[in-house]
Amino acid sequence: MTVAQPSAGDTPLVHKPGRLSRRESRLAFGMTLPSVFMVMAIVLFPLLATFWISVKPIELADLRAPEVRAREQVRGDATAAGDEIILRYKLRNSSRDKEVLSVRLSDVVPAGLTPSGLDARCQLAVDRVLSCDLGDFEPGQSETLDIPVQASQGFIDNPVNAKDSDVSVSGSSVNPLLTTELTLDNFRRVFAVREFGTVLWTTFVYTIGGTAGALILGLFAALLLNQSFAGRAVFRGFLLYPFVAPVIAAAFTWVVLLDPFSGSLNALLMQMGAVDAPINFFGVRSVDVQIFGLTVPVPMALSVVIAFEAWRYFPLSFLFILARMQSIPQDMYEAADMDGASPFQKFWALSLPQLVGIMAVLFLLRFIWTFNKFDDIFLLTGGNAGTRTLTVQVYEQAFALSNLGAGAAVAVLVFVLLAVFATIYFRAMPEEEGL
Amino acid sequence: MNTPSIFDTRIATLALAGLNGAVWGLVVSILVGSGLALLTGLELRPLLGPSMVAGIGCGVVHAGLRRDDFGWRTVPSLASAGVFVVLVLALSLGRPYAVMMGDGLLIWLIALGLATLCTQWAIMASQHPIRFGAMNRFRRERAMMLSLRAFGFVFFGAIVVLPLYVMVMTSLKTQQALLANPLNLFPSFEDGLLEPFRSYIELFQVYDFGRYIWNSALISVATVVITLLFAVPGSYAVSRLNFPGRSTLSRSILMIYLVPAIVLVIPLYAIFAKLGLRDSLWGLLVVYPATTLPVALYMLQGYFRGVPAELEEAGLMDGCSRLRVIWSITLPLSVPALASVSLYVFMIAWNEFLFAFMFLDDPKMFTLSRGVVSLDSSEVPRQHLMAGAVVSTVPIVVIFLWAERFMVQGLTSGGVKG
Repeated sequence: MTVAQPSAGDTPLVHKPGRLSRRESRLAFGMTLPSVFMVMAIVLFPLLATFWISVKPIELADLRAPEVRAREQVRGDATAAGDEIILRYKLRNSSRDKEVLSVRLSDVVPAGLTPSGLDARCQLAVDRVLSCDLGDFEPGQSETLDIPVQASQGFIDNPVNAKDSDVSVSGSSVNPLLTTELTLDNFRRVFAVREFGTVLWTTFVYTIGGTAGALILGLFAALLLNQSFAGRAVFRGFLLYPFVAPVIAAAFTWVVLLDPFSGSLNALLMQMGAVDAPINFFGVRSVDVQIFGLTVPVPMALSVVIAFEAWRYFPLSFLFILARMQSIPQDMYEAADMDGASPFQKFWALSLPQLVGIMAVLFLLRFIWTFNKFDDIFLLTGGNAGTRTLTVQVYEQAFALSNLGAGAAVAVLVFVLLAVFATIYFRAMPEEEGL
Repeated sequence: MNTPSIFDTRIATLALAGLNGAVWGLVVSILVGSGLALLTGLELRPLLGPSMVAGIGCGVVHAGLRRDDFGWRTVPSLASAGVFVVLVLALSLGRPYAVMMGDGLLIWLIALGLATLCTQWAIMASQHPIRFGAMNRFRRERAMMLSLRAFGFVFFGAIVVLPLYVMVMTSLKTQQALLANPLNLFPSFEDGLLEPFRSYIELFQVYDFGRYIWNSALISVATVVITLLFAVPGSYAVSRLNFPGRSTLSRSILMIYLVPAIVLVIPLYAIFAKLGLRDSLWGLLVVYPATTLPVALYMLQGYFRGVPAELEEAGLMDGCSRLRVIWSITLPLSVPALASVSLYVFMIAWNEFLFAFMFLDDPKMFTLSRGVVSLDSSEVPRQHLMAGAVVSTVPIVVIFLWAERFMVQGLTSGGVKG
């Protein structure tokens, strides 16, 4: 990364007086403020909110505010004008565990009915709007509100169905996100289980495997493309396809290709006699492989997911490594040729040392991004068969198990680990690699 | 150098050639076998053993005869191909790829010819530095390097072509046909010329993909515009103007850039649910620019730093305001960078999956990514899912081909994200 150090171009030609530089600062603030504000609102604020939610006992269902529902009906028979019948509102707090505060009902009294006596909590406005302040409703509390009304002849001839008009009920409830009720249960639920160790282990195997795979493939591809040949530009564009294609297209293609029943790869392997029965690549946690008489369990789904990761992201490493290769001065190789260096000697002694810097930077950077990856595993296996990484665990806890707090607790861990890696990255990064 | 090495003896040279031949015999037979099987749908089974032995023979004969330079049509180079044909036919009892001559003369000939041609080509391409009896380290390693290189082309070609081919072809075949023979990927035109394209037709008629393409395009273009509106002034200020907090700001851009979406998704989900921004494209229009903004700032500030400050200062001396200088000097000079950033941001927005998946429930609002995921159910035939994948890939590939230079530029300067 290039840290903003005033370069030659930044020093003003003339030494500016304070007024000008204040004006420049003001302009700069004006120009950066929109971006800063946007990032604050959509990145930094949610980041803090994740920390907050991680110590809140909050479930997905809590996001829906509790409400009081009301039903309106007319009770009693009116046979003559002036008969007294009852307009009844049945109210109930639909939530079983949350109260609704200062409930307020408002409704237009059906035409032809005149309230004869009003409940103390209710008022009738001139435009026949009845409004009642009903106070607080306990969880699950129900209440019946009866308003005696006199029916007019018009109503008896032509009764209005009370249900035709909507009753509106308003009320406030405590937003569970804003209470000060704090808990460490989320962290306990996520970290104090046996599964957590597996998830952490999977995450690191996936991250290191995917990163190293992408880097090695990228190096190999860059070596291929570092020579000129006909159609080189086309081949380079072609190699970028795995990265440019939308992740859904790439992931579903792999799922279809590796399908145990209708997938071509299994059919090919079977036809060549490499396997006896189709392999469920994304569904099997591990298979035993015999090597020199030893039975070694190989994590199946995890390996395939790592292969996908290497396949999808090698184009990026390839572009960076190729760019670095092409900036290696050619006279070095010419000198080596004069000295009779062999191809492998040139690679080990000349190319590789020049590439170590960029490869290290790429490793750290790709490590961070692979660690952050969610889409790929989620689409390929859904985090099953031993492929659940921390990011998939965030989704699993928050949305599949509907426990937002627990999900946020995992997200906090993801962020903390990420901060550690990022610190290492910024410390270790050599300036001259220009990333 | 040139110390006589045990690896340079004639025996060792033949062993190296044999190894090379064995590898290429295997690689070519797998490639030709599976390639022809996938292309024609015929039941071809490469016989690995005979192919490997024939490859060894081919390599050894080629190396043994190679005392001097000789060209493509000369007898010694054809001898190794002859050895290959004879060996593979003899060892497979006349049926390489498990097809009898009587089963289909044409496919038998094509398979055998292709295998011979490819093996011979690979051997010649990789073994041409070999001089039998006059080997040295340079020649030996050069041959190995060339062999690896040829393998590299085959390998990378295969890992890119195979998924691409499978994606397109399975979108044209029904699930039943695939289950019956997973190797036959060739579309069947028996029920009419349009029949294989039924999945695409249904995608647009039944599943409303036209709307999804429109939504995706709208969102992506709007994201590009909004991101640039914020990022251009922001990155210009960070790279050119002096103000307190400038270096902190510059450094934190990359930091923020590394924060993954999955950490933000829970609070954003909760807040958007409260505000009613879920299930609307507005929600995405807030989130996408915010998540692409750091990368755009990062790419643009790097570029603006490279624009010669003298040009801008000349403009300032002539009495232009700073904004005027940006508008008429800096931006016109930065068109390539703006193109790269735009394309990169467009690609991110077009391909985005997580937020679209979390926020959109109403099929009217789906973006392409969300729409394709909704096809991943047991009730929807597989070919529709693959057709959806093709539909979502084509635009981005077309844009890539159309503006490859800017796209590659964008990938390299913005590729710190991935």
